[in-house]
Amino acid sequence: MTVTLLYFAWVRERIGKSSETLTLPAGVVTIADVIRFLATRGPEFAHAFEKPEVIRAAIDKTHVRPDAPIAGAREIAFFPPVTGG
Amino acid sequence: MAVRVQTADFDVGIETRALLGGRTDVGAIVTFTGTVRGEAKGRPITSMTLEHYPGMTEAELERVEAEAQARWPLSASLIIHRVGVLRPGDNIVLVVTASAHRHAAFGAAEFLMDYLKSRAPFWKKETGVDGAGSWVDARDTDLAALERWTKLPEVE
Repeated sequence: MTVTLLYFAWVRERIGKSSETLTLPAGVVTIADVIRFLATRGPEFAHAFEKPEVIRAAIDKTHVRPDAPIAGAREIAFFPPVTGG
Repeated sequence: MAVRVQTADFDVGIETRALLGGRTDVGAIVTFTGTVRGEAKGRPITSMTLEHYPGMTEAELERVEAEAQARWPLSASLIIHRVGVLRPGDNIVLVVTASAHRHAAFGAAEFLMDYLKSRAPFWKKETGVDGAGSWVDARDTDLAALERWTKLPEVE
């Protein structure tokens, strides 16, 4: 499936871009799968996703957990824990 | 009921009057303003840059506001959060809650701040006097503040 990926804060800085459109390989079913896949795409991705437990994700602008299925997603975002307020 | 994400500054008095001017059903107004501290971990900073996720930020703030509306009998509420480059002393966030009585207004204002800090997709980066930037870490105390609300019964 093809999705738009968005990166924010230090995830964006480590990867070196804020968004991209990507076709995910078969077998990538959950958010955790996407993170494992992305981490293989080069040293900058490996660096951004070296601690998957601190990465937060959203599907189509709604917070989701790592085990959330990505079927039907148009936009998936990855970012650090939020620090507003 | 409104949420706004903006680069521009805000004025508490103007915003409060715009939200509540002329209403006679309100007996209590609480305003909270968050501002930029001039130091981080004991070191001075020259600026704080706030990044956000356009679209999701507004949606999350609206969800948080709706949750407060469901828990307390609010006459009105407003959340304004700034983004972009801010300086020490600048305003960051404004929460206004209004109700017939003070307990609802105080409770809802604190709830809104606790929830938006842990759910709304904003990220702070502080720049020190040497020009080096550092992303602010999420605080365990903010998460603890949030969990407190999940244990509370609904308030009249």
